Amino acid sequence: MVAPILPLVVDGVVLRRRGRRILGPVSLTIEAGGITVLMGPNGSGKTSLLRAMHGLERLNDGAVRWQAPLDETRARQAFVFQAPIVLRRSVLDNIAYPLVLDGVRRVVARARAAAHAADVGIAGLLDRPAQVLSGGEKQKLALARALMRKPEVLFLDEPCANLDPRATRDIEAILRRAAEAGTKIVMSTHDAGQARRLAAEILFLHEGRVIEAAPADAFFANPQTPEARAHVNGDLLP
Amino acid sequence: MNDITSGLGEAVRRVVTLDPDLVEITWLSLRVTLGATAIASLIGLPLGAWIAINRFRARRLVIAILNSLMGLPPVVVGLFVYVLFSRSGPLGVLGLLFTPTAMVIAQVIIITPIVASIAHQAIRDLWADYHDLLISLHASRWQRVQALLWDGRRALLTASLAGFGRAIGEVGAIMIVGGNIDHATRVLTTAIALETGKGNFDLALALGFVLIALAVAVNLAIHFGTRTERSSRW
Repeated sequence: MVAPILPLVVDGVVLRRRGRRILGPVSLTIEAGGITVLMGPNGSGKTSLLRAMHGLERLNDGAVRWQAPLDETRARQAFVFQAPIVLRRSVLDNIAYPLVLDGVRRVVARARAAAHAADVGIAGLLDRPAQVLSGGEKQKLALARALMRKPEVLFLDEPCANLDPRATRDIEAILRRAAEAGTKIVMSTHDAGQARRLAAEILFLHEGRVIEAAPADAFFANPQTPEARAHVNGDLLP
Repeated sequence: MNDITSGLGEAVRRVVTLDPDLVEITWLSLRVTLGATAIASLIGLPLGAWIAINRFRARRLVIAILNSLMGLPPVVVGLFVYVLFSRSGPLGVLGLLFTPTAMVIAQVIIITPIVASIAHQAIRDLWADYHDLLISLHASRWQRVQALLWDGRRALLTASLAGFGRAIGEVGAIMIVGGNIDHATRVLTTAIALETGKGNFDLALALGFVLIALAVAVNLAIHFGTRTERSSRW
């Protein structure tokens, strides 16, 4: 067994874009196990923080540290974007793509992708071109593809935004199963109900900073900051 | 109108009887243009893709130059190639002037910017779509290029076909560097120019119809050829 890449240490990370600070400084530690949910209003920096942790953003200050050399961690984490990105290929080839990148033979990759697609409930769509799928189907495809390498950490940016309750329930079930199978899930949502259903731990962001970090039970029972309290109660922040 | 119908009749007659002169110049037209399109695609498609996914200092300048080269006057290109390959020119020793090779070279110069520019456009849009995903999946640089070229293959085919379309109907440059020599460098377009000059409108029109039919046939062939590919439906 290879050494785990968690815990992930975010140390004083700052992102500036066009002279404006959009994130940070943020320092936190992501431990293995359970689902960590980022909450906060629009523009609070949830997406930026997720992207920074995954290594998609150039940091203006601070560092993101894994427990293994950066190169080794790359293929052991995955990201699901808010607007699912699908390759202009069949659903099957989309799901198989991460394995193809790893050098698995196409036939083998396709067979494993087909088996995996059944777990996610899109087995009936394998031959369809991915671009014609509905929003919920695309998001399931993206999730299936992200889980294909059995990542140790899976980041998701508002995976259920714009999805109907049924698709949301399906996706949440997949996430729970992945978490039980040992994948650490770090996701953002501004749906407080979803956070209650899934989260073991809450990170609450406001204006680019993590202003509250607590176990989910404690957070929802007794939010410490007025911003978090307002958000949980469904009030509109000033 | 009379000229047109009799031209059409003449065209049908010569095609049906497989008129040897017609077959010869049609074949040369096709060879020169397909050759030029193949070479221009080999240069232009990777060039366009490379410009699309790399950030470098002179990028805007290169794109601007490429786009303005799309409108390059063929006559000027012909003149340029002529001077280059004429007996006293720097490449005169090769003895390529008034050969099909010189015609291919001139056409490559004319259509490579078109192919590269359209390819750049297509790959740039695709890259904007794919960028985050390919970075996230940790695809190597070469794997990214592969994914873009493969998933963008239809747009790239369009780029090549645009180049083919420009080359097959081109007359100015190949007239100058080829010389429209019978049984050597005469192609459909130069023959049309010649016959029109001589007042043989029937024949000129007949050649014109053959030219148009040829362009349509090549496009249709490629269209049907790619549709058979299972994974490219959408």
